[in-house]
Formats: sequence, structure tokens, C-alpha cells
Amino acid sequence: MSVLENKVNGDAGAASDTIQYVTVVIGGQLFGLPISQVHDVFVPESVTRVPMSAPEVQGVLNLRGRIVTAINMRRRLHLPPLEDEQMMAVGIEYKQESYGLVIDTVGEVLTLPAASAEPNPSNLDRRWAEISGGVHRLDGQLMVILDVDRLLGALFTEPMAAA
Amino acid sequence: MDDLLREFITETNESLDVVDVELVKFEQEPNNATILDNIFRLVHTIKGTCGFLGLPRLEGIAHAAETLMGKFRDGAPVTQEAVSLILISIDQIKDILQELEAAEGEEPQGDDSELIGKLEDMSAKADVAMAGGGEAEAEVVDETPAAEEAEEVSEEENPEQTLERPLRPGEVSLDELERAFQETEIEVEIAEVAPIEAEDMADEIDEPAPAPVAAKVEAKPEPSKAVAAKKAGGDGGEKKAAGGGVSNQSIRVAVDTLEHLMTMVSELVLTRNQLLEIVRRHEDSEFKVPLQRLSNVTAELQEGVMATRMQPIGNAWQKLPRIVRDLSQELAKPIELEMIGADTELDRQVLEMIKDPLTHMVRNSADHGLERPEERRAAGKPEKGIITLAAYHEGGHIIIEVRDDGKGIDVEKVKAKVLERGLATEAEFEKMTDSQIHKFIFHAGFSTAAEVTSVSGRGVGMDVVRNNIELIGGTVDLRSATGKGSSFIIKIPLTLAIVSTLIVEASGDRFAIPQLSVVELVRVQTNSEHRIERIKDTPVLRLRNKLLPLVHLSQLLGIYEGEDADQAIDADNGFIVVMQVGSQTFGVVVDGVFHTEEIVVKPMSTMLRALDMFSGNTILGDGSVIMIIDPNGIAGAMASHASSAVAESQEDEQEDLQRKAMSGQNAISLLLFRAGAPEPKAVPLSLVTRLEEFEVSKIERSNGRDLVQYRGSLMPLVYVNEGDCHKTEGTQPMLVFSDSGRSMGLVVDEIVDIVEDRMNIEVGSERPGVLGSAVVKERATEIIDLGYYLPQAFEDWFMRKEMDIEALTKKVLFVDDSSFFRNMLTPVLKAAGYDVTTCTGPQQAFDLLENGDKFHAIVSDIEMPEINGFEFCESLRRDPRFRNIPILALSSMVTPASIERGRQAGFDDYVAKFDRPGLIAALKDVFSNELGAAA
Repeated sequence: MSVLENKVNGDAGAASDTIQYVTVVIGGQLFGLPISQVHDVFVPESVTRVPMSAPEVQGVLNLRGRIVTAINMRRRLHLPPLEDEQMMAVGIEYKQESYGLVIDTVGEVLTLPAASAEPNPSNLDRRWAEISGGVHRLDGQLMVILDVDRLLGALFTEPMAAA
Repeated sequence: MDDLLREFITETNESLDVVDVELVKFEQEPNNATILDNIFRLVHTIKGTCGFLGLPRLEGIAHAAETLMGKFRDGAPVTQEAVSLILISIDQIKDILQELEAAEGEEPQGDDSELIGKLEDMSAKADVAMAGGGEAEAEVVDETPAAEEAEEVSEEENPEQTLERPLRPGEVSLDELERAFQETEIEVEIAEVAPIEAEDMADEIDEPAPAPVAAKVEAKPEPSKAVAAKKAGGDGGEKKAAGGGVSNQSIRVAVDTLEHLMTMVSELVLTRNQLLEIVRRHEDSEFKVPLQRLSNVTAELQEGVMATRMQPIGNAWQKLPRIVRDLSQELAKPIELEMIGADTELDRQVLEMIKDPLTHMVRNSADHGLERPEERRAAGKPEKGIITLAAYHEGGHIIIEVRDDGKGIDVEKVKAKVLERGLATEAEFEKMTDSQIHKFIFHAGFSTAAEVTSVSGRGVGMDVVRNNIELIGGTVDLRSATGKGSSFIIKIPLTLAIVSTLIVEASGDRFAIPQLSVVELVRVQTNSEHRIERIKDTPVLRLRNKLLPLVHLSQLLGIYEGEDADQAIDADNGFIVVMQVGSQTFGVVVDGVFHTEEIVVKPMSTMLRALDMFSGNTILGDGSVIMIIDPNGIAGAMASHASSAVAESQEDEQEDLQRKAMSGQNAISLLLFRAGAPEPKAVPLSLVTRLEEFEVSKIERSNGRDLVQYRGSLMPLVYVNEGDCHKTEGTQPMLVFSDSGRSMGLVVDEIVDIVEDRMNIEVGSERPGVLGSAVVKERATEIIDLGYYLPQAFEDWFMRKEMDIEALTKKVLFVDDSSFFRNMLTPVLKAAGYDVTTCTGPQQAFDLLENGDKFHAIVSDIEMPEINGFEFCESLRRDPRFRNIPILALSSMVTPASIERGRQAGFDDYVAKFDRPGLIAALKDVFSNELGAAA
């Protein structure tokens, strides 16, 4: 559903049937976030751990006076942690709250026709499929669409279910 | 909904609240014309505005109520019934207003004819009651047209202008009256319509007209529903009362605007803190001076914005006079409500949160606290009970006290209830003070009201109150004096937005603990007077005769990085934050304590809100984010972490004894040694008096025995195996057992170790001197039977000492299910000269006694399977044959409570199992008493 919304929102300069994506790399895989949802890109520094939180919550940090909850995408996707390399983070807004998705590197901005998005392959890892809104075939590689609503929505309900 | 209507609803709600209060006052002093005028004017204004805005239902009720009040003003006697009726009308108006607000200005359908009819009847009665004043009153009833309204308002104004007192909250200021007056004048043209409406009203009063016939059926039950919902009715208006109306120089600002302002100021404070932190690092910064100014301005701004959020606590009390009045009638108890410090201000957020708890507490005081008038008279108190509400500032907190001069809390009743509910046991009560027992009323599901009344006593009371207060970081305390009354003391923070916190460190992370719940900080060092001790594996802190359960913060938060979480608490070094949450006091161990900091609490993101260990987070001066600990969450985790029993054990002495008891039942210290054979042997350390080494040359031989001179007397030496002999050179280690001034040395080859282990004899032994074999330190170990060796030494000793003929004749029955203690104590008793018969349990003892065996005294263990010592003693005492036989209790559990229990069961004395001299002394005592009695 969010993808549909993005179709409407993400067409600032482009034709109505294309979506702009900010591409990020997580564990070697290219992901795309609808540009309308990305507020900023920053280097996550001095992250404060939050004890007893969900494992993918890396902690909280101060981003220009706002407290941002950092979510480690590698942990979310069950990938091994990145050794000795500076991570990056993509700042997004979700339900009036700030979140930072901690990823490996940020790539470029791609404008892709909405029609070329394909549904998740049925054999995709379930943990990946949960947060993927489809796949775009690019030259030489595939770009997984990161569905922010599903990604964060799942995190919201999890503690509830546990409680 | 247009602005005019919105304004009307807000204002009317405020006016109605005032009317509520004023009416109650009026009922008490019916001759006070000023109050009546006040009420009359307010109701009149409501009626007038309703007419103007085209709200016929509201107008109808207001009109009828006004008419009735008009009668009072003209001298009709004020009856309670009449006031109640007016109050009901006010409630009805509130309900309609609320629906009006919900329906965006659409007046709800409904039928008020019943209520209006009642008001009419009452007016008529008032007419009759007034002797011969019928004519004049009729005019008053009819004088309603809007044209006259203006005049009336201006008339009312005259006495008002001379009134030299500040306006009460919600009261209409002179300016507003003036405005109303002018507005009405401008509307003179519409006045033509108004009389017609008024006439219509007069017609409608008799038959239910404004409501469509179809709506009538469903509208009928509304009045009753309205009464039920009357508490909710008034809320809408009060939330909007922003400024409190203390001064007439006020404007109305939306709460949202203020909230936003507050957030922005909080941000500013944080930024300022960050800047200060930066400047602090750079000594000679040119920013220093301007920053200082910025800092001051920010502080003032913060104060100013905080002040806008402040409201007098009186706003939360507004409804109470009415509630107390209603209660007073319902319960038939005359009650006076005294309010002190109503102008004490606190944050509106806090105010909202304490409104309900306060109401509940006042209800409680009226219902449970105050006695019935006849009881009060009997107690020599005035019939009228007084409930006092007092509020004042103290430190950064507000103290609110709800006090009554009733009977106080009945400790016995509370006890009975607690026992009934199984919240505590009789034994636990023994250790409690009255005030601790009082606090049980805060337990969930507790209510002392003998019967459930409609007012209170449903058992959902004080625990909810306490929870609500603790939710906003407050505490509630209780003081009660029997016959004099009780008082609840609520301590709450001034504001929730800014909290003073203590910054601590645990496992490398920093956390903020709200100061409000921190009682004190204790530094623990090896040599300091405060030490961390352990009961089994539970760490506790001994602090001024109290035992505090301890837990490391990183353990609570699950961030401990070491191997074994139990080892997190370093006994030699650490800081203990002593926290109090409700009645629970505990120590949280942290790795470091930094400083205190005023922080602005920011809510955590929704994702993290489920964590109950944290109440929020914030940005510190250095720009990093810190998590704020929620003391309630910690207390909850603490309760599940450490057994509450530890928290309650208070006396040091008791704790020591408990530890002893524990060692008796569970792990026990064993002394491992080798003697005569390579395999280890063991003896309970508690039985060993001393470990000694003697020069071999000191060992002398006399009378066929080896002896050493020890402490001025000769001590016989005993060998583990017969035929063993001591070393020929060097020193000879031995275990010294002393008893009542007699000592024996058990010669051993080598002392190996002292271990804590469960002594579980797995293989029994037929060999004399060995109780059996047990696994100690993973090796099969022989447990030495001291009972075998002691007589070896004592026999010799008896030969040299004058025998106590008298004592020898005494026959003692010793009952204990544990063979260990039987074997240990029998020789002790024998050595003291008693003829001892042992039994493995009460049943065997009964059999012996039934057989006619005579004993001079019985020594019985307490902790025995099937029949315990208490029961054994009780059944003996029931038998006339054994009524006078001395019985001693022997137990590893010695607490004041158990001693008392023993006394009740009929024991003559109560001795600790390890206290062998005590046992002998107690036996001597009972026999000497017996002799004395016989002589």
C-alpha cells in the first residue's frame, strides 16, 4: 500500500509513473528506499545502547537535537555485523517519530518506472520478504524495495505480542 | 462549531462549577444574600446566553432553576431538598453542554419536562411557604424577557462594584458584565423575539414540547443516565480553564499552544546546556559572557513558561465540596470540608493526574474515616466530622494532605483482614509496627469498611490511588492515631517536564535516576562500616540496622558483561543508590556516580515504550542521549529478582539466627581432617571449639592417658582409632572440643580444609566412632561421631570430679528425629550427669510414656516430620500425668516469634540447638525450680 502512496508522492519532477529511490547497500545487497521517506543521511555517532530492547534496536542518538532511534539493518536482516567500517544511517520519519536505519553505505538516487517493480520471489528468505515491497531489475543487479512501514510496523507490534 | 458557541460552552462550564461550590456554601448559610446573588446572577447569565444562542432546552432548565432561586432571594426558606433539586438541574445542564460540545453545537434532543416540573412544584411550594407574599413573587417568576435582562444585570452590578475582593476562578469580572450589558443593549431589536420565546417557554413548561414525539420514548431514561454521568459532566469545562481566572487581566490560551511553547523551551534549555558544556572545555572563550546571559534568559524563560502551566490546586478541589455534601447526606454524617492552601500552584499535567486520587481519598475519609454522629458524641467529639485538605510547597515538591478527625485506622481490623486475605501471617505481624500494618490498606483488593457501601468499600481503592500517585513520581504516606483520625500525605513533584536526576554508570553506560526516588548514596569499601554481605547468594547491605536487598543495575538491565551475573556486585568497591519506591526500599549497585542534572524528559519512541525499566530519554549537556530509569520499573524487577522476605527481615540478630538455621538445614561447615588413615574424615565445624597445635614434648602421660596442660587445667587426649599414638616429634595438631568448662583434645594427623557442604550421610556405619560416610568435596568422607569420643574423655574426667548424685538420678527423655543431633547431644547430656533415653520421634516418646516409663524432664526438637515439637508438647500438656513435667524445646530456629509459640505450646524453655551450655543450664534451671517448689 505504501508503494502505491509513494507512486503519488514520489513524482516531484518525474513523470507520474516513476518513483525515485535512494539506494543503500546492506551486506552487499542493493536496497531502495522511496526518496519521499528519506529525510537525511548521517553518520551514526555516540549511540546510546537501550538495554532490554529488541535486538535490532542499536540504540538512541542525538541528531541535531532530536532523539533518533537507530535500527541496525544488518541485525534486522540477520546478517553478520560489519567489521571495522564506518556505518551510515538513513533518517526516516514514521508516525511523527524519527528513526535511523543503520546501513553499510548510501548509493545514488535512481528514478525507476513503477511498472517495472516485480513482486517478491516466492523463495525469498521469509525474514527478508517481511520488509521487502518488491524487486526492481537493474542492469547487472537486483534492487530490493525497502518497505519502511512494514519494517517499523513489525517492530512496533512485536513487544506488544510479547507482553 | 463557531467560536461564539465554543466560548459559551467553556465559560458556562466554568460558571457551573462555581455555582456548584456556591450552592453548597449557600445551603450552609441560607441567609447570606451575597452568595445567593452570585448564584442567581451566574444562572441568569447562562439562561440569557442560551436564549440568545437558540438553545431552548438549556434555557428551559436554567429558567426553571432561576425561578426557584428567585424564591429564595425573596425570602422563601431554603430546604435541602430544594438545593438538591437545583444541583440536579445544574448537572443536567452540564450533561447537555457536554453533548452539545460533542455534537459540534447541535443541541441534543431530550425531554426535561420532569425536571422542570419538579422545579416548578418546588417554586410553588416555596410560594406557599412564604407567608402572604404571593403577589410579589408571581412577578419575579414572569420577569424573564431579554429586554429586562439588561436592566437586571446592571442592577446587579451596583453592589458588585463595591465588592472589595479578588474574583473567584470562573467568576464573571466587571468588565465582562459591562460587555454583556452593552451587547444586550445593542441587541434590543432582537428583544422582540425574546419575549415570544419566553412565552413559548412558559407554555412548554407544562407539556413536553421541544422534543419531537418520536424522540420522547428514548429520551425518557436520559435524566437518570445524566445523573449517573454527572461526574464526567463537569470535566470538559475544567480542562479548558487555562489561566485559573485568578486575575481579571487574563486571556484564554489553548493548552496546545502552551504545550508547544513548553516543548520549545525545553529544547532551548537542552541547547543551552550543550553550549555551556562546550564553553566549560575552553577556558578563555569569548562566548562566556554572552552565554552567561543567554543562560540566565533561558532560565527565566523556562520559569515563565512553567508558570503558564501552573494552576492552583484549588481547581482540582473544586468538585470536592459538592461531593462531600452529597456524601454527608447519603451517609447521614455531618461533614465539614476545610481547604487550606487552595492557591498552591502545580503543573496542570500533574493536577489532572491527582484529581481522581484526591476525590477517592476524600470519599474514603468520609466513609471509612469519620464515625457516625452518635459514635462521635460518645467519643466526646463534636458531631460534625472535619475533613481537611491542605496543600503546600516543600522543597521541589508539593505536599497534599487529606486529614480527617475520625477514629483512625483500626489496627486489629486491618490485621484480621490481612490474615483473611492471606497477605501476611501472624508471625509476620509480630515483627511489624503499627504504621507498617496501616500500610496494608494500599494493598490491592483491600478494604476495611465492614460492609460495602455505595460510596466506598469495594476494594478497588487505595491501591489504585497509590498507583496513580506513583505513576507521576509521587509517594503517599499514611499516619493514623486511634481515636484522633488519620491523614494521608501525598508528595508529588511540581512538574513532570523537568526532572532532577542522578547520573550513574553501569557496565560502561550512563543512566539517569530520578532524584525523587533516591534516598541516599552509600559508598562501599572493604574497611568502611557499610559492607555488602551475602545470605546464601543474595547480596544485602547492612545499613543502620536495616537489611537492604541489593542488585546491580547492569544485572537488572541485563547488560552485565562478565561471566557470572551473580558476581556483578564487587564486595569491596561500589556505589549503592538507596532507592525508595512506595513502601519498598532497596539498593541498586552502580559502577560510578557522576553528578546530578536537571533534565527535560523526552518521551521514548513508540518502539521502546514497552520497556518498563525506562520512563523516557533525554539529551545531556554533552550532546549524548541518556536513558532515564523508571523507579517503578526497577522496583517491579527488584521484587521479582530478590525475595521480598529479605527486605522484611530487619533485625540483625534475627538475620544471624536465620543464617544459622540455614546452615543447620542446608549447607553446613565441615572440618576435614586426616587421622590414622589416608581417607578424609569430617566433623561439623560448629562443634569444634578450637584448633590447636601442641609441642609433642608438652604431651604428658598420667593415669594411663595422654594429657596436655591446657588453659590451666589438664585436657585429656583422645585418639580416633584405638591404639593410635601421637607424633614423636614436632607439633601435634588436635581438635579441641570444649563444653561447660571441660575440654577434650582429639588427636589428628592433619587438618585438611574447611568446606561448606550439605551433610548427607549416605552410608551408615556400624563402626563405633563413625556416623557414616558422606560425599564431601566429591570424596567419600567419614563423618566422626563425637558422641563416641566425648565420653572417652569425660569418663576419665568424672573419675576425678565429685559426682553430682542428684543429677545422676534425673532421667531425661530426648526426642529428636535427626540421628546427628541425637548422637551429638546425648553424650553432652550424659556428661552432665543425666540418664538419657533417646527417641526418634514423638510417637516413640508417647509409647514410652504410655508404658509407664518415668522421666524427670523431656527435651524435644521442634522441626520434626509428622508431629512437630509444638504439637507434641501441646498433646503432652493435655494429659494430666504430664502436665507438670518440665519440657524443653530444642530448635535450630530461634526467633522471638517461635519462642512465643513455644511458650504457648507449654514448653518451659526454648534453647538453640547449638547452644549446648544453654541446654545444660536450662535443664539445671528447671530442676532447681522443681526442687524449690517441692521444698
